[in-house]
Amino acid sequence: MSSSIEALVNKEYAYGFVTDVESDTIPVGLTEDTVRLISAKKNEPQWLLDWRLKAFRRWQSMTEPHWSNVSYPPIDYQAQTYYSAPKSVKPLQSLADVDPELLKTYEKLGISLTEQKRLNGIAVDAIFDSVSVGTTMKTELEKVGVIFCSFGEAVQHHPELVQKYLGSVVPYSDNFFAALNSAVFSDGSFVYVPKGVKCPLELSTYFRINAANTGQFERTLIVADEGASVSYLEGCTAPKRDENQLHAAVVEIIALDRSSVKYSTVQNWYAGDKNGVGGIYNFVTKRGKAMTDAKISWTQVETGSAITWKYPSVILQGDNSVGEFYSVAVVNGMQQADTGTKMIHIGRNTKSTIISKGISAGKGQNSYRGQVKVLPKAEGARNYTQCDSMLIGNACGAHTFPYIEIANNTATLEHEASTSKIGEDQIFYCKARGLNAEHAISLIVAGFCKEVFKELPMEFALEAQQLLGISLEGSVG
Amino acid sequence: MTTPYTEQFEAFSANGGGEGPSWLPALRKKAFERFHALGFPTTRDEDWHFTSVTPIAEKTFKSLKPAATTLTLSDLEPHLVDAEWNRLVFVNGRLEPALSQYGSLPADVQLAPLSELLREEPAWVETHLGSLAGFDKAAFTAMNTAFMQDGVVLRVPTGEVVDVPIHILHVTDEKAQGGAIHPRLLIVAEALAQVMLVESFVGLDSASYLVNAVAEVVVGNGARVDHYKVQRESRDAYHVGTTQVVQGRDSIYHSFSYAAGGSLSRTNVYTKLAGTGGEARLNGLYVLDGAQHADHQTFVEHIAESCASRELYCGVLDGQSHGVFNGKVFVDPQAQKTDGKQTNKALLLSPQARVDTKPQLEIFADDVKCTHGATVGRIDEMALFYLKSRGIGAESARALLTYAFAAEALETIEIDALRLDLERQVFERFTHSQLV
Amino acid sequence: MLTITNLHASAGSKEILKGISLTVKAGEVHAIMGPNGSGKSTLAQVIAGHPGYDVTSGSIEYEGQDLLELDAEERAQQGVFLAFQYPVEIPGVTNAYFLRAAYNEIRKAHGEEEADPIEFLDIMEEKLKLVEMDASMMQRSVNAGFSGGEKKRNEILQMAVLAPKLAVLDETDSGLDIDALRIVAEGVNKLKRPTNATIVVTHYQRLLNYIIPDHVHVLAGGKIVKSGGKELAHELEAKGYDWLLEPAGV
Repeated sequence: MSSSIEALVNKEYAYGFVTDVESDTIPVGLTEDTVRLISAKKNEPQWLLDWRLKAFRRWQSMTEPHWSNVSYPPIDYQAQTYYSAPKSVKPLQSLADVDPELLKTYEKLGISLTEQKRLNGIAVDAIFDSVSVGTTMKTELEKVGVIFCSFGEAVQHHPELVQKYLGSVVPYSDNFFAALNSAVFSDGSFVYVPKGVKCPLELSTYFRINAANTGQFERTLIVADEGASVSYLEGCTAPKRDENQLHAAVVEIIALDRSSVKYSTVQNWYAGDKNGVGGIYNFVTKRGKAMTDAKISWTQVETGSAITWKYPSVILQGDNSVGEFYSVAVVNGMQQADTGTKMIHIGRNTKSTIISKGISAGKGQNSYRGQVKVLPKAEGARNYTQCDSMLIGNACGAHTFPYIEIANNTATLEHEASTSKIGEDQIFYCKARGLNAEHAISLIVAGFCKEVFKELPMEFALEAQQLLGISLEGSVG
Repeated sequence: MTTPYTEQFEAFSANGGGEGPSWLPALRKKAFERFHALGFPTTRDEDWHFTSVTPIAEKTFKSLKPAATTLTLSDLEPHLVDAEWNRLVFVNGRLEPALSQYGSLPADVQLAPLSELLREEPAWVETHLGSLAGFDKAAFTAMNTAFMQDGVVLRVPTGEVVDVPIHILHVTDEKAQGGAIHPRLLIVAEALAQVMLVESFVGLDSASYLVNAVAEVVVGNGARVDHYKVQRESRDAYHVGTTQVVQGRDSIYHSFSYAAGGSLSRTNVYTKLAGTGGEARLNGLYVLDGAQHADHQTFVEHIAESCASRELYCGVLDGQSHGVFNGKVFVDPQAQKTDGKQTNKALLLSPQARVDTKPQLEIFADDVKCTHGATVGRIDEMALFYLKSRGIGAESARALLTYAFAAEALETIEIDALRLDLERQVFERFTHSQLV
Repeated sequence: MLTITNLHASAGSKEILKGISLTVKAGEVHAIMGPNGSGKSTLAQVIAGHPGYDVTSGSIEYEGQDLLELDAEERAQQGVFLAFQYPVEIPGVTNAYFLRAAYNEIRKAHGEEEADPIEFLDIMEEKLKLVEMDASMMQRSVNAGFSGGEKKRNEILQMAVLAPKLAVLDETDSGLDIDALRIVAEGVNKLKRPTNATIVVTHYQRLLNYIIPDHVHVLAGGKIVKSGGKELAHELEAKGYDWLLEPAGV
């Protein structure tokens, strides 16, 4: 590995600062009382507490899954804190009241919550540790009937919607981490787009973990009613800390008939240092259900976290529904990622596309794990899968584990995978045209990821590309 | 359930199974204990995720008593491929010298029943037997090692080129009903040696039995082994076969697996490219109908630099049949300049047919070129239309296109007589007419 | 402009260039000819700074500086251009983006302002005509899926945009049909200035019918075995290389 590649891969994490705010943090440990305490703090109705408790009891009977291609020391679930909120955040206050310290935090992350500086055409919900600190552009959205607020607020103001859809795609019993989340989730975002409405703004949530020893368990629920459409983006950062922190989120998307939901993630949690100390364990369950003629599209750029375990999936329930998964996953240092998707074809003429680009550098281990399942009644189902891996250096690994299960003979499936390295000849060619090695590599990597970047909302494509440049910094030598 | 086999193993050990050099009963005992501890695999086992062996596990297959066969050469004629080839014929697991012929090999090439070599060169056998086919995690291999009856040893010395294929024909008839057969094969091709081998498993009657075969193949530096396997067991039979290969520098191992028989079959081909410049070509074709289930698993372990692997598996599935392909390519950090390519294609002819495929890559070296591709589909409507527009009836057009799909895999067979034989079989199966 | 003195270079343990000396002045066109394996392409690659070759002794002076001290990208920024024999494919990166990145790196190195995309489009439009390329080529990935002729034309397009002082064309004629050859050669001729120089590396005399060299050098066994004027190329065409190799002991 040339020294220039090496230098490129080892750049400092830019979001590793800690915000000094006074927090309301509950004691460590997890019992039924913890669940009751969280629910009480959020002033929840009885049905939601009951649901949390069912989830908690179920979780207690489950064991942590270990089939993924990652390894980490055992997690002590009793040594975590399950709720932490900045004291200054009182429920339902207006943005004008947000603690300036918190506003500064988001400014530092490049997200302005104040009205005059906010991003054009984008509404932002900012989640700090366990709670939402504010949502912008609410009035603009209310004009067209779009509900975009924190999950906690939705429980208070739209309980019927929450009760109808919560757990309808990811039941609390779905898996170990989903059960845990269902028991202790604190906040998250809620989106409802009414019938026939095309959401006029990009919706976005910025997640920030700040408190130490605190897990983040957010819950996002997006409902697109018939004929509606919405594009949603989440971004994630966390301070540099020596301990590993657990992030077990659940995202549910319900796309009713003829609706369309585009969900984009730029995940840049703290990845730990180059020796693998610290970093976020990102164990996330994301799933959408697409009804007749509906479309769900997942795009993810995963550059952070010590460990990533996530498989944004689509249940293609309705006829002619469409599922898409576009992913760039970068591992560097000691990072491990086991990520991919599940496309479950149930309806007729359902169509899915999977484009996955994995980049491994340093001592990183990157696994694509994907399932394409065509059930017997899914006449005319189609899938196209392409997963490409690129290795930078000789201490990393790239792995591909596709599971293709076809039970209908009218299905068409095509799967392609490749593994390659950045060619020395490519670097030399760029250098012979005047580009230095870093520039050459970021260019080649961006080209490798192009099919995914083009799926990101415009404003974020550039950001993602820059992020990628940063994550690979120092990986080339 | 492995418990019922305890008694069998004791009886077997007391009655002939305990014979041979002193290390052999010890090996069998260790293998049986392992088999007993492991039990039969379940679908919770990642390697058996899509294949349930419950039909095997819930039965107890008995050891077959030696019995004189009434089969004659003319009964075997359709399965000989070429009557001129050297061959060893096993009927219901027992060698039939009268049906075999293997005298015309070069003098220094050894082709002999395992029992014979165990008597004559026990030390040599000891160094190889069980050295590749580990049974620590493989219940069926453990079972074979515990119960293996007679097998075949083929040893080709340095530089020797055997230019006529060798045929090992395992046939079963109604006397195999309820029995278990554990054939064993050991091939050692020393440096620069070359040999072609065809293993056939043929069920002559509709008996239900278990064949659990294990083969170990050493391909020396610069050597080449072409290893063909034709599985046409009875439609009520169960077949599990594992081939474990190790390859030296600049060696070539070419394998082809054809699976058309059995009610449930599993074929494993595992090769380790341990010397630089080695090449592995693993190909196969499975044609299934009715309620047949066939599972193929390949594992190519790239340990050394500059090796190449090529895989092409095609499956044609009709009726309610279920095909599984599970292929893994592993590239060690040392195995720079690896060139790996794996292709898996399945053609589904009926609405109830199912296929599960899992082509995996595990790459730990950066300077490699590895790809895999998988396709599942039915007959191309455009191609069908094209043939019909040229006056070919729908039925024939479909049959022809199915045959054409299978032919891609068959074309990789380099022994003309075998390729023609399989082409004919496949063609007749799909077109119900003669191949001209 | 360029002075090569007793240059020795090897790839791994194999010595390929065994003492090359060559002087190229501004405004000149030099042709380097020779049989396969004579070291022609190695010489081109060494001038461009390919990391696969070690210069074991000798020197290359370019515009008063030690060229061997410079990294490949620095050489490019200083006006050295290699038209590759086998142009490399970079999937996903458009020709337009790639060329603009290169163009701006070179401008930056000279302390000039970078060109914005609109400005750059104007520059491109003119240069595309020179090599008779369609503007749609700019939106395709660098060399990916290009035909042999398209790749070579793309090299000349890059040369036109980057305006080097010293251009080295490595077997630019190989694999070209007669029309493509004409287009490439005309492109090179139109870019010729009294202030720049060109080294044409070729096996055949064919290209030299279009690009008239001032000097012709025959390379064999890692050495220049004969130098002369353009008439030497014709002589080689008629007599082949053998008559030169034996007396030279290769």
